[in-house]
Amino acid sequence: MKRRSTGLLTMVAFGYAFLYLPLLSVIVYSFNDSRLVTLWGGFSLRWYRSLLDNENILAAALLSLQIALVSATVATVFGTLVALSLNRLGRFKGRTLLTGMVTSPLVMPEIITGISLLFLFITLSEWIGWPGSRGAVTITIAHITFSMAYVTVVVRSRLSGMGQSLEEAAMDLGGRPLAVFFDITIPAIAPAMISGWLLAFTLSLDDVVIASFVSGPGATTLPMLIFSKVRLGVTPDINALATVIILLVSAGVITAAMLTQPKDKSRAG
Amino acid sequence: MKKHDKSLMTATAQASNQGAVHPEPWLNPDARPMVEIRGLTKRYGDTVAVNRADLKIYKGELFSILGASGSGKSTLLRLLAGFEAPSEGSILIDGVDMTAVPPYERPVNIMFQSYALFPHMTVEQNVAYGLKKERVPGAQIRQRVGDILETVKMGHLAKRKPGTLSGGESQRVALARALVKQPKLLLLDEPLAALDKKLREHTQFELMNLQDELGITFVVVTHDQEEAMILSTRIAVMNHGRFEQIGTPSEIYEYPKNRFIADFIGKANLLQAEVTAVKNGIVTAFSEELGAELDACAVGQQVPAMGSRVWIAVRPEKIFISKESPAEQGSGGGRTVFRGTVEGLGYFGNLSIYRVELASGKILQVSAQNRVRTARKTVEWDDQVFISWDIRSTILLEV
Repeated sequence: MKRRSTGLLTMVAFGYAFLYLPLLSVIVYSFNDSRLVTLWGGFSLRWYRSLLDNENILAAALLSLQIALVSATVATVFGTLVALSLNRLGRFKGRTLLTGMVTSPLVMPEIITGISLLFLFITLSEWIGWPGSRGAVTITIAHITFSMAYVTVVVRSRLSGMGQSLEEAAMDLGGRPLAVFFDITIPAIAPAMISGWLLAFTLSLDDVVIASFVSGPGATTLPMLIFSKVRLGVTPDINALATVIILLVSAGVITAAMLTQPKDKSRAG
Repeated sequence: MKKHDKSLMTATAQASNQGAVHPEPWLNPDARPMVEIRGLTKRYGDTVAVNRADLKIYKGELFSILGASGSGKSTLLRLLAGFEAPSEGSILIDGVDMTAVPPYERPVNIMFQSYALFPHMTVEQNVAYGLKKERVPGAQIRQRVGDILETVKMGHLAKRKPGTLSGGESQRVALARALVKQPKLLLLDEPLAALDKKLREHTQFELMNLQDELGITFVVVTHDQEEAMILSTRIAVMNHGRFEQIGTPSEIYEYPKNRFIADFIGKANLLQAEVTAVKNGIVTAFSEELGAELDACAVGQQVPAMGSRVWIAVRPEKIFISKESPAEQGSGGGRTVFRGTVEGLGYFGNLSIYRVELASGKILQVSAQNRVRTARKTVEWDDQVFISWDIRSTILLEV
């Protein structure tokens, strides 16, 4: 065994502490009995109970989940289609540009995505009278737009690692193109699609900036609700809510990471 | 001993009687080819991958397409499988034009170099896939899959996933998957490249047996000339999208058509020379590199004109090396003899390779079987030696 230097270990510990201490304190204080956020008053689950009694929070959570489910599903379909077509089109002029453009939402400031989508919805509603009012539908559409890019990136990397020979083999054995797509392509990229879906789901669940821009009266997602509540001061039930979300999101991210990891390391060729 | 010889002879006689109508169908002008390629050309932009290729492959052949990377052999394979459409020319399989037929409707199956086993299916499901797509009834599928897996000795691993198989096992599954549909033509892309040396030799002979047993026409694409030589009934050597020569392994080795083949297949001492005399089919040419004249027989080829430049090749194992003059041994007639110095020596156990420097400074490579069991070498470094070869071993090449 190689001895690891204590300096290196300290740095790693410091790094992880920096990342996780704030989250840890939120989780610990969510079990705090005291009404004051910064003062420990013994263990209690009362804030979790009060969460369940809060109709506003439950409604917002339900809306967020609905939006996340729908937008992640649609984004997975669209994102996969984009990945497939970029992969199949072969070389052509402007392919690099097109590929880059697909991934640009990953680095685009959310506030700009939010503003531009808001403009789009306003213009559309003036021109074709839709959407009449902004709310859950516009948030869902906005979330599809930006999370699609993540799905595309994940699925594309899987596709390019796969090569053509699997599909060619299936075609050689008598599979027509559509059959090959469902028999071979979909099962082969399914892990990437699932992990893309989970990413899209958590992104949608997290988002407050874009949602705030494109939402209308009556449609408040969970992150939006938290944000508005915190502006009036942090209350202990927010800690409990945050803990629930942290658990949900990390479960999603970990599953996604596990699915994208190659399972069989002894791949031939 | 004698009795044994006799039984062996009758066995071979029977085998040749039982065999196909003609043991060498390519020599029979009436034989109908299983695969016929006519003027096949494939261009990618400005590059020509396959250039006006013509080829006939007959039923039951184990035909190899041999070439270096970039020679166009893989493109030819993809054209045969139907993954690429030719720019010009046509492909006929069993007399039917396949040029416009998609891969899933061709009576052709391919074993990929990477094997391309479906990772989410078991061995059994992989093999059954082709039959399912053909809508073969379930009971028959089970029967045929079971049989072919037994043939390739993979029956015991039928329920395993490809990810858990070794290279050799994956190869057998890939082979079974391609064979189970009983194609008219089986394409094998570098079938042995991914296997280690021991397994290769074993698999080579298994492939040959299997081909013999099933009578399916095999087309092997390979860059490995040893593989092609051992496996094939005939070989087509490809270079720059064209066939340089098509023939049996021994034809290609012993009677290479041109300098490329002589150099590409096996080892050869190549010499440039100028024709000084032609008499009774024996061509005499002067080589500046040797500072001497050489005799060669023109076999089944055009006799070059006086004064024309030719290439001459001599295979290292055709050259006899000795410390005594070969004339003294009573084998001087019809032989070319030179004196030289052993400038390099490689001992391989079964054979030795000598680099012999001639008076002109030209170095020729000579290889010799080590027939006598001895720890001391009969010919050593810096020994003065005679080298000689039968003039019928001198290869006269088209330039």
